[in-house]
Amino acid sequence: MSNVPVNNGRRRFLTAATAVVGGAGVVGAAVPFIASWNPSARAKAAGAPVEVNIGKIQPGQLIRAEWRGKPVYVVRRTEKTVSDLAKHDDQLRDPNSEKAQQPVYATNAYRSIRPEFLVALGVCTHLGCAPTHHGGDFDQFVEGVPNGFFCPCHGSKFDMAGRVFQGVPAPLNLVVPEHSFTNDDTLLIGVSQGDA
Amino acid sequence: MLMKLATDFMGWIDKRLPVTDAWNKHLAQYPAPKNFNFWYFFGSLAMLVLVNQILTGIWLTMNYEPSGEGAFASIEYIMRDVDFGWLLRYMHSTGASAFFVVVYMHMMRGLMYGSYQKPRELLWIFGMLIFLVLMAEAFMGYLLPWGNMSYWGAQVIISLFGAVPIIGDDLTLWIRGDYVISGATLNRFFALHVIAMPLVLVILVFLHILALHEVGSNNPEGVDIKKPKGSVKPEELSKFTFHKQYSEKYDIVDAVPFHPYYSVKDIMGVAGFLFLFCWVMFFAPEGGGYFMEAPNFTPANGLKTPEHIAPVWYFGPFYTILRVVPDKLLGAVAMFGAIVMLFALPWFDRGTVKSVRYRSKLHLVNLIQFAICFVVLGALGTMPATPVANLIGVIASFGYFGFFIALWFYSKNENTKPVPERIAD
Repeated sequence: MSNVPVNNGRRRFLTAATAVVGGAGVVGAAVPFIASWNPSARAKAAGAPVEVNIGKIQPGQLIRAEWRGKPVYVVRRTEKTVSDLAKHDDQLRDPNSEKAQQPVYATNAYRSIRPEFLVALGVCTHLGCAPTHHGGDFDQFVEGVPNGFFCPCHGSKFDMAGRVFQGVPAPLNLVVPEHSFTNDDTLLIGVSQGDA
Repeated sequence: MLMKLATDFMGWIDKRLPVTDAWNKHLAQYPAPKNFNFWYFFGSLAMLVLVNQILTGIWLTMNYEPSGEGAFASIEYIMRDVDFGWLLRYMHSTGASAFFVVVYMHMMRGLMYGSYQKPRELLWIFGMLIFLVLMAEAFMGYLLPWGNMSYWGAQVIISLFGAVPIIGDDLTLWIRGDYVISGATLNRFFALHVIAMPLVLVILVFLHILALHEVGSNNPEGVDIKKPKGSVKPEELSKFTFHKQYSEKYDIVDAVPFHPYYSVKDIMGVAGFLFLFCWVMFFAPEGGGYFMEAPNFTPANGLKTPEHIAPVWYFGPFYTILRVVPDKLLGAVAMFGAIVMLFALPWFDRGTVKSVRYRSKLHLVNLIQFAICFVVLGALGTMPATPVANLIGVIASFGYFGFFIALWFYSKNENTKPVPERIAD
């Protein structure tokens, strides 16, 4: 034991410095544990674009495609459905698609590239359930609107452009994924026109 | 001869680890109020169910396959091909529901007799943390059978985190480990369900009991059995020997040692509980579709939501609060807020009288309306969302939150009855 007087200031500094360095080490060591929860390379690779044949869809019919494990609804809307879209704008949360739930090229009155075809994720923006398509009997949920989507989980309602009605738990319109048409009968989900 | 050998052996141990001392401190010489009633069964029952869950859980992992491809089939394998596999699984699944029944009763006991009040705030908070971890544990466990309700239930709950502003979407992606719920999600939930959460749970239970024994047990009268040292006449003192940790600091009255008095009582509770538990397990293991939901007998399908998504019954109250709010973020805030209110209960209650027996009529009414609202919210959580159900849900939610708000206002100057000095015979 030496009898050199204790320098308390230096001790406190060294203790604090050790704690800071040690703390930085703990933060650094936490990185791999936290980052390992991100989607793996395999999961990312599985998110490749998907091709869908739309030539055989009848007017008013909905088909489901799968992209990144999520259901994508492709609907061939009738001309009447398309022209009726503007009639209930006042009952919608975001009738003009101002929130970025769609690519720029689908930010229009139909929320699509071709007015005929709606391409939207069948994933409710509330808590991710799959809304049910009601063709013809949607007016039980919204008076005067014959077609739309109703989410069975918590009662959110969407019109035939995937736009959400007011007074339901879902805050946003359905997501329109990036998509393009490679020819008249083929839809490509996951890639925008010109990117492929 | 044999007796001496045993005594010598314990002496050898005690010199190296205070086993006898711990036994006395926490069981044989722990002073427990002499007036425990029916409501005091549920603490020990919760421990029993915890042991059941751990034991059957370990055995289930021996045959369960945690992967998106194999999980559903391995459950069927356990049910059909493994000897007594069906029993182990039903013990585990019935145990999950029983755990919540017991814990809700245990919490109700705390509310009735003011067991959260000073100086038991930390004890209450440990209890609430146990409740929180238990809910996470149950939620993750429910994904493991990889049925369609497992899948969509998890989808709904994980999406809740998407309500967090700005980082919401990245957060849900991080929790899932994939663009959708997939095998990656299943595997991490499995790891958390069988290792991380149980470990935390056991540590919290340990701390809960340690904190209980530090402040001492409350009782239905809400009267303290520990009096200041020297304030009680010797002939009035409890005639039992209590551990010096308690008796050196306080004069102890109206108490009995936990063992054998309450260990024997609790065994009675266990017997009664096991009658009910076994009846459910053997005759109604699906609990009429409430313990195991019908869509969960079909494998997970990411493209098809079940017609009616309902959480398991024990999440019902909080789920209803979530969905009656017509806004995603506010709904999630209200749901978590419902649990935060419970955490903060010791500070909402500004009164000093513990037991409902000596509190105002108003408090009794408030407590009853809270219990009713909780049950109503729970029932609604398992039903489809109709406008009528929604309206009732809103009213019951106000009742739930109103309990705490009203309590804060009236408890400051409450019209209470005089509290007796001692627990009556």
